[in-house]
Amino acid sequence: MTTTITDARIKEVIFNLLGQIAPEANLEELGPGDDIRVLLDIDSFDFLNFLIGLSDKLGVEVPEADYGKLITLQDLMSYLSARVK
Amino acid sequence: MSEFLMPSLGADMDAATVVEWKVQPGDKIKRGDVIAEIETDKGLIDLEVFEDGLIEQLLIQPGQKVPVGTTLALIRPEGAVEVALAGPAPAVPPPPPVSPPIPERPVGVRPPLAPSRERIRVSPLARKMAEALGIDLGMVQGTGPRGAIERVDIERVVAELKTKQAGPKLEAPAPPPPVVAALPPAEPGAAKSTPTDFQTGMRRAIAAAMARANRDIPHYYLERRIELSRALRWLEAENQKRSIKDRLLPVVLLIKAVAHALSDVPELNGYWLDERHQLQEAIHIGFAISLRQGGLVTPAIHHADLKNLDELMEAMRDLITRTRSGRLRSSEMTDATITLTNLGDLGVEKVFGVIYPPQVALVGFGKITEQPWVENGMLGIRPVVTATLAGDHRATDGIRGAQFLEALNRHLQEPEKL
Repeated sequence: MTTTITDARIKEVIFNLLGQIAPEANLEELGPGDDIRVLLDIDSFDFLNFLIGLSDKLGVEVPEADYGKLITLQDLMSYLSARVK
Repeated sequence: MSEFLMPSLGADMDAATVVEWKVQPGDKIKRGDVIAEIETDKGLIDLEVFEDGLIEQLLIQPGQKVPVGTTLALIRPEGAVEVALAGPAPAVPPPPPVSPPIPERPVGVRPPLAPSRERIRVSPLARKMAEALGIDLGMVQGTGPRGAIERVDIERVVAELKTKQAGPKLEAPAPPPPVVAALPPAEPGAAKSTPTDFQTGMRRAIAAAMARANRDIPHYYLERRIELSRALRWLEAENQKRSIKDRLLPVVLLIKAVAHALSDVPELNGYWLDERHQLQEAIHIGFAISLRQGGLVTPAIHHADLKNLDELMEAMRDLITRTRSGRLRSSEMTDATITLTNLGDLGVEKVFGVIYPPQVALVGFGKITEQPWVENGMLGIRPVVTATLAGDHRATDGIRGAQFLEALNRHLQEPEKL
């Protein structure tokens, strides 16, 4: 089904970008409810780069006002899948 | 003829390894040109020259580790009469390699997070080599402390992969990938440098500088809460007009406000050297950048007062990226006139820093949090940051620090003028 494919693609993009920022992290261990920034030691500069990467790969530009909504993998997945075309 | 010496890029740096020459004998050079890449405890640094001229001779082979003060190359200064190559060099005292030898990193080392997680430990040089050579770090067996992957481990993999190929030569290193030029096992006559234990070196460097700071500098500390609703509202409106790539981070406003406040209170911008306070005109803000593998580097954002916010954002992006990939220039390592540390990303509310000698002040910012705030008899909830100042009491008194924090506050209340 298209939704699963899209979700798999979103997850792949997220993991790729996080892997570039935190190459030492084992992303398989990232739980859906974990705070990504705390767990992966991602500072605000890294996070902005992550969002720039999402915008490049998925065409979703996250407005600043929504930064606070994107804490966990689950947050990211649902936020992005609702907006990816 | 002048001698180009291995500079001291920190009071505790006593040696470094020449990784690669970027020039060859006969090349014309200009002040500020990068002529070599060296490996220090702080990672790879691009070494700049301080005069115009012509490279006469390179004296140190890549891979060789030499003490600070060792002659690395002979440079014929521009305008100098041609000297017979073999002739004895006139005893011209070499120019001091760097202005004031400025020591090591300041405070605020991040605690390692998620300790349960298995991380691949990689030295910056090894990471860079692996990237340049397209080697998957997951495939490399590290032999350093706690399994860290180091230069030797990459070299071993490279050797395995390249058995058929002849080793690259010393002269004319083909540009990319630059590190390969440093790889050929054992240049004839060159002492093979032992792989740097980056973690140990970094800790030692920070330890030396901070111990010196704590021993020599009578610190005074001040803190001030600064209300940021105007600044953040302005920033949000500004960012809404921008594509995500051009967005500014709040820290950029803080950097610029610090630069402005230093123009107002110049006593905090400079050094304590030779038992006296030496103000610096140029404002080069050392920006504390933590490294993922541990440790801290504070390269300078040059002329922060003269850059607009976009230029500052770009400068910071560039510095962070190059710091984390090990591509700093020697001047960035040495000429910060004050240090700024921003520990707010982890929820710390205030940071009392240790001054990085010979600087005389360190500005710290904590997390921007919503706090109860009283203004005009009304209680409200506002975004607030706590700014701290660590001052060297030999150079300034608390009143200067207070003036600085007051100026900082004033500038942050007028974000449109930043």
